[in-house]
Amino acid sequence: MSVNYNVLGLIFASMHDSYVSELTKQRTMGSIPFGGRYRLIDFPLSNMVNSSVAEVGVITKSNYGSLLDHLGSGREWDLARKKGGLHLLPPYSQTGGIYKGRLDALSNIWSFVEHSSAKYVILANCDVVTTIDFNPVLKQHKATEADITLIYSRSFYDSEKSSCSTILEFDSDERLNGVLVDPQFSGECAQWLEMMIVSKDFLKKIVFDASSRNQYSFTREILQGKKDEYKIMGYEHNDIFMRIDSIQNYYQANKILLDSEKRDQLFKKNMPVFTKVGDNGPAKYGLESKIKNSLIADGCIIEGTVENSILFRGVKVGKGTVVKDSVILQGTKIGNNCSISSIITDKNVEISDEKVLTGSETYPLYIGKNGRI
Amino acid sequence: MYTKKKTVAMLLAGGQGSRLYALTKNVAKPAVPYGGKYRLIDFPLSNCTNSGIDTVGVLTQYQPLVLNEYIGSGQPWDLDKLNGGVHVLPPYETQTGASWYEGTANAIYQNIRFIERYDPEYVVVLGGDHIYKMDYSKMVDFHIENNADCTISVIDVPKAEASRFGIMICDDQNQVIDFVEKPAEPKSTLASMGIYVFSWDKLKKYLIENEEDANAKRDRGEKWSKDFGKDIITSMLRDKQRLFAYEFEGYWKDVGTLDSLWEANMDLLSPSVPLDLYDPSWKIYSRNDYMPPQYIGDNACIENSMISEGSKVNGTVDFSILFSGVTIEEGATVNYSIVMPGTVIKSGAVVEYAIVGSDCMIESGAHIGKSPEQVENRDDWGIAVVGHNVTVSENKSVDPKQIIGENI
Repeated sequence: MSVNYNVLGLIFASMHDSYVSELTKQRTMGSIPFGGRYRLIDFPLSNMVNSSVAEVGVITKSNYGSLLDHLGSGREWDLARKKGGLHLLPPYSQTGGIYKGRLDALSNIWSFVEHSSAKYVILANCDVVTTIDFNPVLKQHKATEADITLIYSRSFYDSEKSSCSTILEFDSDERLNGVLVDPQFSGECAQWLEMMIVSKDFLKKIVFDASSRNQYSFTREILQGKKDEYKIMGYEHNDIFMRIDSIQNYYQANKILLDSEKRDQLFKKNMPVFTKVGDNGPAKYGLESKIKNSLIADGCIIEGTVENSILFRGVKVGKGTVVKDSVILQGTKIGNNCSISSIITDKNVEISDEKVLTGSETYPLYIGKNGRI
Repeated sequence: MYTKKKTVAMLLAGGQGSRLYALTKNVAKPAVPYGGKYRLIDFPLSNCTNSGIDTVGVLTQYQPLVLNEYIGSGQPWDLDKLNGGVHVLPPYETQTGASWYEGTANAIYQNIRFIERYDPEYVVVLGGDHIYKMDYSKMVDFHIENNADCTISVIDVPKAEASRFGIMICDDQNQVIDFVEKPAEPKSTLASMGIYVFSWDKLKKYLIENEEDANAKRDRGEKWSKDFGKDIITSMLRDKQRLFAYEFEGYWKDVGTLDSLWEANMDLLSPSVPLDLYDPSWKIYSRNDYMPPQYIGDNACIENSMISEGSKVNGTVDFSILFSGVTIEEGATVNYSIVMPGTVIKSGAVVEYAIVGSDCMIESGAHIGKSPEQVENRDDWGIAVVGHNVTVSENKSVDPKQIIGENI
């Protein structure tokens, strides 16, 4: 893994926070725990690092305390650097208010981008989880001489089950000719993964142009408004992706990781997903533990039964307790003889002995951070 | 820029660990994996950090590649410091020649300049092959209270085992009167844990004297040695220096042999053993690989075991410790065993009462080790050991007490 100073990474850490308001009450999208030991920002950040990107800016909006705590100096992603490295970009707006869309967010932090010596910029959100190498995208972007290259996945879309999708249509040359936001239909189509590559000069042009017209939405003003004027191309990425746009989809996205084939598409040998180290002991299983089809993080102490579930770091499951189809976030303590199914517990929830909690697969019960039951 | 440090720790990590045979073929003993995600050296390094000692010299000599890589900048233990931090100290060449470390005392002697840079009052000397959690700062306080020249940490061992250790004989004020290495008939049950606190000026004096004495003996063709227990402690006792025993209560285990390494791992699974790896106030830090959480499959059956990140278990695991990235296929059985990082146990293989090194391949139908009940003569029973990077082919077996370091 050499280092490429010619590409700058920009991550929108707070994009679409409102879609998962339960989980973002005390945090922002990028710091939502995911997959047993990660936070959502680990995926775009690791993708960039694994693609040799040497400098990454993280654009935040609000509630970013836990994100700062998670990222620290960027050391865990090898981004605590003198040259390049990780830069946190809290919201500071020339107009005073908090930004409304990608374009005005970029306008606010432009001096950071301007300062970088990179020629290209990769932009990504935190609400789409996938593992991707950006180098082939960059290669295509250069080869096609595109103004913007959008990364998309051709996969099944159902308007009933999603709430924040951008559907792209391309002509036979892979050039963008249609953009639909949350259209009412279901079927196979090209879904934008909220990632793109653009040259710094072109990005500057569209950001400043939008700023002068008081425009802020990238999707509306650029993708929909300027698709005929600009050369906007697509790059197909068909490995697994999960969109975190509702608490139900958050639950499903975690459970998808129980499928080993899909898990292997997210956790590839040569593309490790980096995260903050917890220094927990290994997971410990007691004398009467029974575990089936589950993902268990370090520091868990399990004395009961766990099935079809994801247990984050340091979860305790007492004797005689049965946990099924659940997503149990870090530090949750479940007492003895409980019966729990289809629930999501946020961080540090405590469930005392003999409790029965049941949600449903389509509507999991959510228990907020530090909840006591 | 060096600012004064009250206490500097010197960690003796050069030992070959020859009694761990295949497990220390290419790695120094302190780098031997332990407890599902640690290496032995994590314990003294984490104890230093948790005790507020931020300057540690690690003396290496035997097979240092893995150990050096592992320690790196010291960041996992919070020992990457502007002033102080962890420093790996291998033997070096000088204008008058080069020599290996000729014993534990000589290793420290050769690094007097490293210690002097920090101008310490006290030097803590540690080994790299014991499992324990200990607050060294309390031992330093005890040393100061007693106005001691040297304080030796001791643990009360069963009388039957006392002859395996260096035994301290003390008066009722904990002052050491005599020290006997592995006595046939022990007069006390206080065993040295190989952890010393010295007042630096005294230690320096005795290191220099011992060095000169030993060299003179060598020149005369006499027997010589440059060891802590044998030479430094003995000389200090002879000169009526103030030596004190600091009694440690808690879990402490020497892992110098394959049996004791296996036992020390099994201890983690026993509820009666007071070694808590889950205490947030005294974490044992380690350098981690970046792996997803462990996946436990539909056909898994796991009881009383510890399993680490990145492992995939779809077989039976009972009373065992699996390190990171281990695969246990459906239909494979692992009982009372330790499986080190990256090893694959194929379907139909059985591993019991064994230590399997890292990155091994145990093919289908292979059988490693046996339970004591399966062995007619109890004297023939012992744990089976497979070294690192070894393939055990289909239907091959490794007997109890057998140690293999090559593919079979």
